[in-house]
Amino acid sequence: MLHIIRERLHQKYRTLDYPRVQPGLPARYPGRPEILAVHCGDCRACADACPTGAIRLLSPDAPGPGGADSGPALDMGRCLFCGACARACPQGGIRFTGDHHLATFCREDLILTRVPRPLTPPRRSGRLFARSLKLRQVSAGGCNACEADINVLGTLVYDLGKFGIDMVASPRHADGLAVTGPVSRNMREGLLATFGATPQPRLVVAVGSCAISGGLFRDNAECSNGLEELLPVDVFVPGCPPHPWSILDGLLRARTDTADWTV
Amino acid sequence: MVLDYEQSVALADVPVMSAEELRQEVLEQVRDGGRLLALFGLPGNGGAGLCAIVAHSGDRFLRAMRTAPLTQYASLTPDCPQAHLFERELWEQWNILPEGHPWLKPVRFVPHGCLTATPGERPGPAQLTHYRVDGEEVHEVAVGPVHAGVIEPGHFRFQCYGENVMHLEISLGFQHRDVERRLLGGPHPAHARLMECVAGDTSIGHATAFATLLERLAGVTIPERANRLRRLGLELERLANHTGDLGAIAGDTGFLPTSAWNGRIRGDFLNLTAEVCGNRFGRNWVCPGGVSVDVDAELCARLLDRLRHCWRDVREAVKVMFASASVMDRLEETGEISADTARTLGLVGVAARACGLARDARFDAPLSCLPLCETQIRVEKGGDVLSRARVRSRELADSVDLACTDIQALSHSEGAICQPLPDRLPAGRLAVAQVEGWRGEICHVGLTDAQGRLACYKMYDPSFHNWAGLEAALRGQQISDFPLCNKSFNLSYCGHDL
Ligand code: SF4
Ligand code: SF4
Repeated sequence: MLHIIRERLHQKYRTLDYPRVQPGLPARYPGRPEILAVHCGDCRACADACPTGAIRLLSPDAPGPGGADSGPALDMGRCLFCGACARACPQGGIRFTGDHHLATFCREDLILTRVPRPLTPPRRSGRLFARSLKLRQVSAGGCNACEADINVLGTLVYDLGKFGIDMVASPRHADGLAVTGPVSRNMREGLLATFGATPQPRLVVAVGSCAISGGLFRDNAECSNGLEELLPVDVFVPGCPPHPWSILDGLLRARTDTADWTV
Repeated sequence: MVLDYEQSVALADVPVMSAEELRQEVLEQVRDGGRLLALFGLPGNGGAGLCAIVAHSGDRFLRAMRTAPLTQYASLTPDCPQAHLFERELWEQWNILPEGHPWLKPVRFVPHGCLTATPGERPGPAQLTHYRVDGEEVHEVAVGPVHAGVIEPGHFRFQCYGENVMHLEISLGFQHRDVERRLLGGPHPAHARLMECVAGDTSIGHATAFATLLERLAGVTIPERANRLRRLGLELERLANHTGDLGAIAGDTGFLPTSAWNGRIRGDFLNLTAEVCGNRFGRNWVCPGGVSVDVDAELCARLLDRLRHCWRDVREAVKVMFASASVMDRLEETGEISADTARTLGLVGVAARACGLARDARFDAPLSCLPLCETQIRVEKGGDVLSRARVRSRELADSVDLACTDIQALSHSEGAICQPLPDRLPAGRLAVAQVEGWRGEICHVGLTDAQGRLACYKMYDPSFHNWAGLEAALRGQQISDFPLCNKSFNLSYCGHDL
């Protein structure tokens, strides 16, 4: 017993007082991309470099959200945060900021352009769940990295429980679902049944680029092109996988009713 | 024919035999201690023939054999049980019937091959018959696909007599994303990223296998620095996962200190990986031809310092767990498999080593000539949960040793990290890549067509072999032992379902 206590003292107190204290992330962690105003001309190096087709080049004929009519539109919902676009751009027009706050309430808000715009508020208030939010996690074709980084929120560094948020064993006990993966055809029924078993009102959080857009598995008969094809989604947390802090941030946002930040 | 594991061969040089000859040859090789690395459909003339690859441990030469396209043959499984899943897969993908297969069912429930029935009639996973024990006092327990924890989906059917499990059948396929077929016609640059998502917890393992395969097909040797960086990535992946698994095993015995600490330390190892490549799971670390990230002396010093702290923490956390009588009592003799069963089923990795089989691709098919320092094949005799835990804890020490050596070497040197591959791969060649991921041996097999594009690509995560091991481990156990046994294997669902 004594040696356990001795070791306990050595292992220290490790929980971060998030969000009051913000975590220090590795220098090479990419985080939120930022699109700078450069003159692209005929260049489409970033779009060509992207493994998931997350980038579209805008023009006055084909403008992007918020009315941007030039430069790249980067869809974080399809993005793997691999940085290939930033390396490919000869003018340094795409920059990764290291900011882990990525979640949005609306699919279109994940599309970044050079024109910043206010975030769309949630389609309904999450305040009902402000003190207690129980989620059932469903992996539907997820590669186990998104799942692992949700699971890790239960460890003592993040201590999800102290926010009143828990991952529960049954959809019957849940206020909503946290879905990962491109919704494989073979898991579609299981996902829909789990959703059906969750009492209303219920939230749906899509975690990871697979769940948001199909990610690398897009346009394949065995997968979907995003959870929204099947279920109404309340919160989108992009990344492949999103950093645990991004997921935690997304879950905390799910309980609010305002969107007081910009994309 | 024999081929050096590091070289590719022209498919034309692999002689075509009859199905019976191939069957006899495989059976003979396996009788001599060989292990079936791969048995898959080789596309050609409107159908597919069989292609088998057998490895012998301690021998750098693999045996490759093939047949002309066929529609049925006499199943190998009755004489060579480790062929069971390969044959089900062949049937599922190509509609090639292994006559006499004792339990022929689809593996992943894909809509081609044996399930070519009209759309709408496609059965989903777990919708076909399961093995069933009848009797008045026998009951059946069905679990999944959605489990209680945050975990991938799979379906488990237990045949129980009271608390005792007579048989467990595991039905998978829910995670099928059609990964292999997406590679056909490649390689494309995006495929390196796709490989990192075959099994997200083994990103570096599968990416390394894919890259190694392409390099062998192209006949390219990568720079030594790239080999070091790849090995560092693989060992960090092993450290994180072994740490997590030991914590999970502690958690399932109700020993919370180690469970809590290891959960945190696992994250610290992942964060070390992120220091190098920006991603906790090692995404963007490996690329065909080498690696895409380098480290400088300053980063190396930081990595080394943190690695040593993590090692101290995990070593003591695991020591505390093994010193607890209640943990030991719970782990010992739970979920036993004999060496014979393990050999018969063709288990690999931690699960095989825990039964006394000396199988480790780092020794059997090394990726480079980097010395392995003090590392050994960590073998245990018991075949139980304790042995699987012990193998992991010994391998932690080895991995730290290798990682420290590599970081020091990288810090004192410089050099190229990538040797780009030619735009086009040589035509009509077959190659094999074996990589010891943290679960066990990952095996990829690829074949190019006349234009040098991938005409056939097969990948075998260790889970492909080892799920049957978990089924075997549960026989004669209590159903309440399942979570603990499951954690001691910790297999991948998507790595199996692809
Ligand atoms: S960082 Fe995202 S947008 Fe840029 S190339 Fe990678 S996947 Fe595409
Ligand atoms: S988004 Fe990326 S990490 Fe998440 S399940 Fe998909 S492939 Fe895996």
